[in-house]
Parts: sequence; structure tokens; C-alpha cells
Amino acid sequence: MNSFWAVFKRELKSYFATPLAYVFLVIFLVASGLLTFNREKFFELRQADMHTFFVNLPWLMIFMVPATAMRLWAEERKVGTVELLCTLPITIPQAVLGKFFAAWTFLGIALALTFPMVLTVAYLGDPDGGLIATGYVASFLMAGSFLAIGCFFSAVSKNQVIAFVLAGVACALLVFAGLPSMLNYFSTFLPAGLVSAIGTMSLQEHFASLQRGVVRFNDVAYFVLLIAGWVAACTVVLDERKAC
Amino acid sequence: MIEVKELRRSFGPVVAVDGISFGVEKGQVLGLLGPNGAGKTTAMRMITCYIRPDSGTATVCGHDIRKDPIGVRRSLGYLAENSPAYGEMTVGGFLNFICDVRRIKGADRKKALDRVVPMCSIDSVYHQTIETLSKGYKRRVGLAQALIHDPQVLILDEPTDGLDPNQKHDVRQLITSMGKDKCIIISTHILEEVEAICSRTIIVAKGKVLVDSTPKQLKEQHKVGLEEIFRKVTKMKKIA
Repeated sequence: MNSFWAVFKRELKSYFATPLAYVFLVIFLVASGLLTFNREKFFELRQADMHTFFVNLPWLMIFMVPATAMRLWAEERKVGTVELLCTLPITIPQAVLGKFFAAWTFLGIALALTFPMVLTVAYLGDPDGGLIATGYVASFLMAGSFLAIGCFFSAVSKNQVIAFVLAGVACALLVFAGLPSMLNYFSTFLPAGLVSAIGTMSLQEHFASLQRGVVRFNDVAYFVLLIAGWVAACTVVLDERKAC
Repeated sequence: MIEVKELRRSFGPVVAVDGISFGVEKGQVLGLLGPNGAGKTTAMRMITCYIRPDSGTATVCGHDIRKDPIGVRRSLGYLAENSPAYGEMTVGGFLNFICDVRRIKGADRKKALDRVVPMCSIDSVYHQTIETLSKGYKRRVGLAQALIHDPQVLILDEPTDGLDPNQKHDVRQLITSMGKDKCIIISTHILEEVEAICSRTIIVAKGKVLVDSTPKQLKEQHKVGLEEIFRKVTKMKKIA
């Protein structure tokens, strides 16, 4: 077996060997349901689509994804297992990617477990399947982006709480910067070009555009670049700091 | 099989390892001896490619630590200080993970596990999670991990630290029995251990090699116990 797969398998198993996975899954599923049905008043809208579900996911993920990501490297460095991992015949990119994809798969499982929402919508009406599919793709890509950011901060700090807070703030900035109210505020003192640049750099716009059922190259490229960039940065930082 | 040339590494203003050189052949058990903070662990970490040296290099079984770190790691077994391991895994799960990484499959894996588990006497805790183990068992799991691919070169950082006298005896016997056809470096600050198992000893302090000899020779030269020699050699450096 390739070293990448060995790391991947171990990491994914370790989520389910501790209560972490179950606590995370339960809270994620309850919170996403509550937000959809209580806050967005899913039933009163009388629309057979999942917009009310997806629209709240960024807020939920700002907290939940850094919570899964914070342990990735911070824990390894604190406990010292990073020394074991980095003296086995594994390259650092293999280790980083193995862990990243394991965590991403775990988040994928969490998203997949929201399937009762799809069943509900399908039972109540005749939803657009394509729209739901792109919504899930967008959510999965967003989870990956937040995870890549969390992975980076987890490599920066040995302290899991610091890693969590920094990653949460970075994710929140990405989302907040693109909100209409924020852009309005920016436009009071920034030139229009710069405001629209902030808008396109923010995650919100790309997430919303994918959610509308349009798969545009630049939206997908945005997420892919975001993930690749942060994961690459994580590799560099880890190589520098693993022994400190 | 191990050739160390002028390895040097500093952390900020502190020079941890200051240009050490030595070679170890097959069949030798080298004891790396020195006071705390002498640079033993840093030297071992550089040889195992965990940290990069500032200058100098080393080869392990012909693989250069700068050019081919993966080849080096493949050919050696390393027990790090405090034998880190994933606490939530069972001993069996952990050893299987190491086999996955080291690409030991199928019948070979079964053979490797059948060899290493009784050798380190961890049969009784095989299905236990590692975080529930005592320090001695944890250390033995770490040792099993380092031995599972039957490496030619073994690097053990304080392998008997924190073990009870019986366990110490067992580990020493294990090292002596393997010493004949492997090349082993152990670090320690327990002097009787050096006398018991090492065929050669290097005393380091402040990152420099002060003595490179055999325990027997040292005693003959100085006509005193190792402890006194150790004190004399390492203290001399401090005054100078």
C-alpha cells in the first residue's frame, strides 16, 4: 500500500475510534436541521428546494470545520507522534495530503448524512435534482477550503485552541468579506474596482453561484486554488516547524 | 553502515550538534553517551532525517540523508525518545499501520508480526489501546515498531529510560542478541548500560565528540570506573 493511503486510512479510522466523530456528526446534523427548519422556516416557504439548507452551511462550517481540522497537526506535534510519522518512509506532502483527504472524506460523510433533507424535499414536491447536486458540490468544496485553512493553522501552532481560533477567524473573513452589507460598507470609502475585487475573492459569491446550479469554471477553479494553496502552505510550514 | 561526517545543527543561538563525525559498522553496538542537552537526540534526529543538518551529512546503508531521506528511513528502525505512538489505536492496529507504511503485505506481514510480537513480549496487550498501556509496554510497542521490517540499522533513543529493572534487563538482552548482525546506535546516560551492551562508546558534550573508544579500553586507560571517566571528560569541557 502506498504511504499516502496508509496515512489516509489510519487518520479516517482514528476519527471513529474516538468520540470526536460522533459528537461532530450529531451536532452538525442537528444544527443544520435546526437552521433549515426553524430559522429559515422551511415549511412556511412552501418551496421544494434546498436553498434554505445550503444558505446556512457557511455559518455552520465556520465553526465546525476548524474544529475537525485543529487536531490534524497540532495534536501530532504536541504528543510527539509527528516524529514517528516523519521518520517513517513517508514524504511530507504524502503525510499532509493523506491527513487532509481523510478529514475531507469525513466531512463528506457528514454532508452525505444530511440525505434525509433530500428525501424530505423529494417527498414534498418535485425538486430540481441538478440544483441539489451542485449545492452539495459547492458545500463539499467549501468544506475542503475551510479544512485546508484549518490544516495550515494546525501546522502553525502546537496549541489546538489557537489553531481553532485562527482558522475560524480566517474562514469567517472569507465569508464575511463578500456579504452585501460588508461590500456596501467597503464601497463608502474604497474605489468600485477594489470593492468588486474583494467580492470576487470572497467565498460567498462563488458558493452562491454554484448553488444556483451554474457550474462555472472560475468558481470551481477558485475553490481548487484555495485548497491547493493552503495545503501547499501547510506542507512548507510543517517542514519548517515539525521539530520545534 | 552508518557514516557521519561533520554534522552540525543549531537552534537559534544554541549550537546543539557541533560538527560530529563517526562511523558504525555491522555487528557494532554504539553507545552515545553524554549529559543532558549534549546533542544526542539532535544527532539521532538528523541521522533519521527528522531534522535537517545546517551543514555536514551522513549516510545510512549507502543512502545520503540529504539526497535520499526516504531511502534512509526505509533502511533503518528508529525508536524516538518517549516512544511516541497513536494513543487511540490498539497495539495490533498500530503495528499494522506501520506495516502499511513500510509496505509489508500478506504473508510477510504475518511473519513479521509473529516474529516481532513475542520478541518484544507484547502478546498480552496486542488488542489493548496504546493509551491504556504502562510506560514499559509503550516502550516495547515502540521497539516492535522499529523492528518490524527487520532493519539493518537500528537507532534507539534512550530505550531503557523509565523501565523497571526486569524490563531493562529484557531490553538489554534483546539489543545484545540483535547486535551481532545489525548496526545499532543507542543513546543513554546510564553508564552500566554501556558496559553491559555496547561494543563501542562515544562520549559527547556540548555537541562535540570528546571520546571515541570501547568501554573496556577506556577502563584500562584510566584505571577507574566509567562513571568517573564520564565525569572527568564532560566536566573538563565545561571548565575549558
